[in-house]
Amino acid sequence: MSDELLKICGLRVSVDHKDILSGLELSIKKGEVHVIMGPNGAGKSTLGYSIMGHPKYVVEEGTILFEGEDITYEKTDIRAKKGIFLSFQNPEELSGVTLESFIRATKKAVTDKPVRVLAFKKELDKTMEELGMDKEYAGRYLNVGFSGGEKKKSEILQMLMQNPKLAILDETDSGLDVDAVKIVSQGIKAFKNDGNSLIIITHSTKILEALEVDYVHILVDGRLIRTGDANLIDEVNRKGYKELALV
Amino acid sequence: METPRNKTYVDDINRSIYDKKDKVNAAYQTSRGLTPEIVDQISREKKDPQWMREFRQKALQIYHELELPVWGPNIDGLNMDDIVTYVRPDTKLQLTWEEVPQDIKNTFVRLGIPQAERTSLAGVGAQYDSEVVYHNVKEEVKSLGVIYTDMESALREHEDILKEHFMKLVTPRDHKFAALHGAVWSGGSFVYVPPGVSVEIPLQSYFRLNAPGAGQFEHTLIIVDEGASLHFIEGCSAPKYNVANLHAGCVELFVRDGARLRYSTIENWSKNMYNLNTKRAQVGKNATMEWVSGSFGSRVSCLYPMNILKGENARMEYTGITFAGKGQDLDTGVQVVYAAPGTSAHMSSKSISKDGGTSTFRSAVIIEKEAEGAKCAVSCESLMLDSRSRSDTIPVMDIRNDNVDIGHEAKIGRISDDTIFYLMSRGLSEADARAMIVSGFAEPIAKELPMEYALEMNQLIRLEMEGSIG
Repeated sequence: MSDELLKICGLRVSVDHKDILSGLELSIKKGEVHVIMGPNGAGKSTLGYSIMGHPKYVVEEGTILFEGEDITYEKTDIRAKKGIFLSFQNPEELSGVTLESFIRATKKAVTDKPVRVLAFKKELDKTMEELGMDKEYAGRYLNVGFSGGEKKKSEILQMLMQNPKLAILDETDSGLDVDAVKIVSQGIKAFKNDGNSLIIITHSTKILEALEVDYVHILVDGRLIRTGDANLIDEVNRKGYKELALV
Repeated sequence: METPRNKTYVDDINRSIYDKKDKVNAAYQTSRGLTPEIVDQISREKKDPQWMREFRQKALQIYHELELPVWGPNIDGLNMDDIVTYVRPDTKLQLTWEEVPQDIKNTFVRLGIPQAERTSLAGVGAQYDSEVVYHNVKEEVKSLGVIYTDMESALREHEDILKEHFMKLVTPRDHKFAALHGAVWSGGSFVYVPPGVSVEIPLQSYFRLNAPGAGQFEHTLIIVDEGASLHFIEGCSAPKYNVANLHAGCVELFVRDGARLRYSTIENWSKNMYNLNTKRAQVGKNATMEWVSGSFGSRVSCLYPMNILKGENARMEYTGITFAGKGQDLDTGVQVVYAAPGTSAHMSSKSISKDGGTSTFRSAVIIEKEAEGAKCAVSCESLMLDSRSRSDTIPVMDIRNDNVDIGHEAKIGRISDDTIFYLMSRGLSEADARAMIVSGFAEPIAKELPMEYALEMNQLIRLEMEGSIG
């Protein structure tokens, strides 16, 4: 029980009074990598937003437990402080605040400790280098004028700097070219250890190549209809979601 | 069921340091209202030369002839019969802070003026109610031939220059409050920078209105001669009273050929203030006029600096921000008259409104036939922090030449829930997330200000910041 990080029971979530998730169950232990696949509009992103607590995504029924604590109605920033991170499919832009000062402010917020300037700068430079990001980006306004790929790298950079217990990656590979997928995938691998967990929401499988996947879930119509190991990915690729749903 | 979320709002500007009232300790003040006798009393008090006495009386006549503008914010709360137009503090002009009476000195110390003077200014003027109580300029600046003095001294020592320039750019006929200014003006600063002289560190005049129900009518006249350059900073504040106060200052700027003037303002009047101010610059050939303006205070502001681009290739740049909170109607803008070939202007305005505040940005662009190849770029961005607040952009363009390049861009936005969610997903509280978005919005203006003033601005946009971004 103690190694259970996230437990979702009977989760029903609506947006604008329309149910998107209907009775979703999911349990994630520390150190596990879970992949969520499913057709467009199945509710994959909704799952990510619901775990992070987006106010537009209303929990109608069910509970979300994180490290045994009920966080179903907890505010988003509190969830972040507990160690949950969501990498956005479409990261927001923020003018007037540089990437560096933003990461510093958020690091201070999640750790609740002052950030040491020099050590922080060193860590940031190193991490950016690993992600193949030009140093110049640190001084640019957060995601403003970043290409799709740069935005995704900025998300992974923030994940690495925050070092959360649970990272949810929502279509992090979309919009990335082959080389960038490789770099990002390496970044995710560097992040992964026995103590933290990943939920990877994806359409493609390239991003998974460097990782050991523990579970694959197929999300259709707001429910996980199949769960299996990494082999399920091949099955999806062969048969498609429609056929899987009929099985 | 949706759980109720605690909404947090961006807090009002923390005004405590500005709001401290001094006991009114005036040596002399006129009665309330506006009559030829009162205007004459002011002339006598100030020992005006005859031409200035006549000028004031003429301006008063014009004031009575002119109607109130039919556009713009409501100023019904302002009754001239209740305004005391002249309040002389109980001191003469001093050249050292030691000689300034303790209560007045303390006020300026609280506002950080003497400290800024020591660290980052080439000269300071400090006006308290109707008169300048302190004026000083560093020796090395004086030795370059730069004149920086109060208007009263200028009227005695440089009468010819004043006769030639005073209210020639903004005449009393301009509008009702320009006429009022002409009749009752008092205090302000005069600057002259000789040809080719660069004043490297800024000069600053600070205007403090302490008396309730009073008006402040300071006049600022700056001449930057050919090829010279200057950065002038103007600051203003007042404590809050329950009665209306009036500020109708006038700023006339002459930027000669090849010269450069930057005029920065941090305006933080109290919310009982009617700020009906007139500013105008005449810009010569290859000269540059730059405005940096932060408007935070006042109940009503009407302020539309005008630029007359008179010489070939004259340039103007305006960077401004307004923050309209509860009960505030801040109506600002820029006017540009293109009167020569190759002239250009760049205007960038940002406004923030909250708690039912209104901010309006008006741009008036007049391109004359002569202004071949003129360039104009206007960009306005507004941020509304709630649905009760208002933001308007009103552009007017009168273009009489085909060969011009004009762009106008306006964006009105709210803080999006998705952006807040994004920032909160990284651990920031909702209040911190909002504060960060607002600071980020104001950042391009903060960047233009000298550091201390950028800090003051950030303090003015003091939001409910529990954690801060550093």
